[in-house]
Amino acid sequence: MEWETVIGLEVHAQLATKSKIFSGASTAYGAAPNTQACAIDLGLPGVLPVLNREAVRMAVKFGLAIGAEISPRSVFARKNYFYPDLPKGYQISQYELPVVGLGKLEIELEDGETKTIGITRAHLEEDAGKSLHEDFHGMSGIDLNRAGTPLLEIVSEPDMRSAKEAVAYLKKLHALVRYLEICDGNMQEGSFRCDANVSVRRKGTEKFGTRAEIKNINSFRFVERAINYEVERQIDILEGGGAVVQETRLYDPDKGETRSMRSKEEANDYRYFPDPDLLPLEIDAGFIEGVRGTLPELPDEKKHRFMTHYGLSAYDAGVLTASREMGDYYEAVVKACGGHAKLAANWVMGELSAALNKDNKEITESPVSAAALGQMLERIEDNTISGKIAKDVFEAMWNGEGSADQVIEKKGLKQITDTGAIEAIIDKVMADNPGQLEQYRSGKDKLFGFFVGQVMKATGGKANPGQVNDLLKKKLQ
Amino acid sequence: MSLSHDDVRKIAHLARLAVSDADVDAYARSLSSILDFVEQMEAVKTDHVAPMAHPQDTAQRLRDDVVSEADQRERFQSIAPAVEAGLYLVPKVIE
Amino acid sequence: MHEKTIAELSAALAKGECSSVELTQHFLKRIETLDGGLNSFVTVTAEQALAQAKAADDRRARGEAGPLTGVPMAQKDIFCTDGVRTTCGSKMLDNFIAPYDATVVERFKAEGCPMLGKTNMDEFAMGSSNETSFHGPVKNPWDTARVPGGSSGGSAAAVAARLTPSATGTDTGGSIRQPAALCGITGLKPTYGRVSRWGMIAFASSLDQGGPMAATAEDCALLANVMSGFDPRDSTSIERPEEDFTARLNEPLKDLRIGLPREFFGEGLDAGVAKAIEEAIEQYRKLGAEVKEVGLPNSGLSVPAYYVVAPAECSSNLARFDGVRYGYRCENPKDLMDLYTRSRGEGFGAEVKRRIMVGTYALSAGYFDAYYLKAQKIRRLIADDFARAFEEVDVILGPTSPSTAFKLGEKTDDPVTMYLSDIYTIAVNLAGLPGMSIPAGFSDGLPVGLQLIGNYFDEARLLGVAHQYQSVTDWHRRIPEGFA
Repeated sequence: MEWETVIGLEVHAQLATKSKIFSGASTAYGAAPNTQACAIDLGLPGVLPVLNREAVRMAVKFGLAIGAEISPRSVFARKNYFYPDLPKGYQISQYELPVVGLGKLEIELEDGETKTIGITRAHLEEDAGKSLHEDFHGMSGIDLNRAGTPLLEIVSEPDMRSAKEAVAYLKKLHALVRYLEICDGNMQEGSFRCDANVSVRRKGTEKFGTRAEIKNINSFRFVERAINYEVERQIDILEGGGAVVQETRLYDPDKGETRSMRSKEEANDYRYFPDPDLLPLEIDAGFIEGVRGTLPELPDEKKHRFMTHYGLSAYDAGVLTASREMGDYYEAVVKACGGHAKLAANWVMGELSAALNKDNKEITESPVSAAALGQMLERIEDNTISGKIAKDVFEAMWNGEGSADQVIEKKGLKQITDTGAIEAIIDKVMADNPGQLEQYRSGKDKLFGFFVGQVMKATGGKANPGQVNDLLKKKLQ
Repeated sequence: MSLSHDDVRKIAHLARLAVSDADVDAYARSLSSILDFVEQMEAVKTDHVAPMAHPQDTAQRLRDDVVSEADQRERFQSIAPAVEAGLYLVPKVIE
Repeated sequence: MHEKTIAELSAALAKGECSSVELTQHFLKRIETLDGGLNSFVTVTAEQALAQAKAADDRRARGEAGPLTGVPMAQKDIFCTDGVRTTCGSKMLDNFIAPYDATVVERFKAEGCPMLGKTNMDEFAMGSSNETSFHGPVKNPWDTARVPGGSSGGSAAAVAARLTPSATGTDTGGSIRQPAALCGITGLKPTYGRVSRWGMIAFASSLDQGGPMAATAEDCALLANVMSGFDPRDSTSIERPEEDFTARLNEPLKDLRIGLPREFFGEGLDAGVAKAIEEAIEQYRKLGAEVKEVGLPNSGLSVPAYYVVAPAECSSNLARFDGVRYGYRCENPKDLMDLYTRSRGEGFGAEVKRRIMVGTYALSAGYFDAYYLKAQKIRRLIADDFARAFEEVDVILGPTSPSTAFKLGEKTDDPVTMYLSDIYTIAVNLAGLPGMSIPAGFSDGLPVGLQLIGNYFDEARLLGVAHQYQSVTDWHRRIPEGFA
């Protein structure tokens, strides 16, 4: 039996505002418990919400970036349920009329094909607090610092057909919100969270299977694992003649499995109704145009520009525009090295990325700045150092030993380009290796490489390889 | 609309209100009479009437993104029933 | 001193005939000696009041006094008062010391009005008789066997007995106007959005509106000047230039068009009340007003619609009272569910629980359209009725309440009968219009209230219409026996 997987994702992106969506409390992460929960966030009697304009701007910015319609009039509703991390007993959200309507996002698949994923809607809402389950004499502790942090809930259509597609979509969305500077994208701190609606159906059938909603998947890796686990679980059930239950399941990253959530077992009746403390949100054309003016170059546009302007391959351009910071870094390197776009691309994607990976650093944390890397590349181009020596120079720079020029100077890595000096070394090598010389001259051409190697070895790799080649050819004849 | 005892228990649960068995019947009767009363609304046809959620027919005002609230945890928690280490305590939350 | 109006007290303070400290002491003394039989105050803040009075006198001495600086007042216990117990008439908040001031409280502080204390009220403002208060019922000073009305019953009784020159009230379905009528005082419910709701504990957010309660319309105008105004902390606060509500007090009523809604004079209206209202209408004719009948055909559905909208909003507004961060928490909860259900079950009284359940039901899956949405549509029809009427008339006039003060316990067994005592006031809240009640005589020794309803933001005219009547009558000057 062949099964098809159907996946839709709900992403909660915390908007990078300074203050909360309905209060003037700070949204900074990591404060001592409840020190950033003001009267409004605590739901004290008599308090009232006032909407943060910046949160609205960010939602609109997102909407424009996915080509969605911005609702001229949207409504905040109360979603009523009791939970200790929900101080008012309701969450202010948007229900029937969200601020961002239907949009779409294009993802690249592994085979190089692209696929369009529909985005049903995106709406503004407030985040809840946190329940800490460390044991306080059998009690849980509630921290409401996060309560009231603005969230953009981005709901996709059930357009994804594999865990890999889901990951590609999620990564693309992640890059987009960071490009737009509306979310810091920090998954560990919960700034970018994902729930997945997963179902399976027989290949060729139209009707969707019963879905399970998987919560708490807070890394790209977990998304893939959780979905794959869930798909297998559902197929096992169906092939065993059973039926999938519609339910909320929690992903347990330690066990690598999903399990039913007891707290959500009960069928919820959220009793949505328009929040009488908040009038409709109206967004006029002027507001939208104002936001449009702040839109940065989007990933797909940037990628296209990298291909045409820098002559990069689709793959390279894709890698270099995966994040806004990566693109910015790359362009700064190109500028600093005098426009050698391909060389810059090779280095950013090669040595630099490897070093970042090894040290588990973000590109923004790179010890070698774009300007410093650019300068070093210039030294390759002007023949001060060879590409091979450059790797040593880069490593020294990475370790904080100074700029390219300083390292070259200090370590004496400057390429030897003095013809006389090189010739002297060649003469010595020829004198030291009479046997090889004779063999070469009697037709064993392959030995040419041996002589290059010996010369390079004798110069500590510093001789200009092109010069060495030319001079050797002449001398060996 | 006549509410059964089960209806009352269901509503009370949804609203997180403990209602003793002794009181269920009284609630069933009073809630039913209130619902009967409000059902007078059915007498008017409202098919083409736009619902009015609020007396004000304007848009909401927005505020600037400014941090204006200082930490008042001590003050706020001085009126809390149970706190420890800056956290509000509740019986264990099971997920 | 207590027989004086606020306008007179303000003048006396200005002339140096008395000090704020003397005034405050006088009213505190009256509360101490006379409130025992009324139960109109929940908390008396004598020390704070005297300190504020002293500060007010100092301010006056520096020449920095505002119109009401030094005139004491009382706050309905629904307004949060920083450092002072704010119970909202409920066991749920019996231990609640508010950590902040309501905007209304701040404004009175800024004006320099000493706060005598917090007045009793129906629990969470849900009631029309003040019998749902956790602190026990308030008695009507005109007949202590009778109710003062509700939910601002403590405020109304305290003003009627002249235990305070004024008190704040809140009006969700008539909670300022109906007790004002039953206690023979003047009360104003402003246009929705005039008075900030920040710090006013919410019952039904789209209906709640704070307002002043005092002896006269002029006093209410002076108080409205202090209470109202734009507040950035309330999204529904109206951004309009500050207005002087006393501006039109002396405007003659010649050519004023008064509308009498025929629906307010039919079956169910007590004959004694009807008679007093007829006489008041006659008085207005004499003052030069043109009186004509108008129709508010859907007003009969205002009570049913209200008892869906208000409970729906209250079921959500009162969800925050969960025993976690403040307020009542049950003893030894065995688990989270137990904490919620018992804290709420034990902390709320019967009427509050009834309304929470009605609202929960009206919003729940499968019933939303039939109840909540239907009520919203009726609400639109009611607002449209008023809009049409105000094309023809300037002010709408009628009884505030179908009867005078009823006996304690008379209606407590039947919620629907109790709800109908607000039959003439509720439509105003659904539409968000300003309304007031002024004393218009007596029936069997009990005060009768006359209701005046104005168009949006037309409070100044409304107050003028009331003031003109009070210039030729003295009902508002009557003080119940035993409190003179």
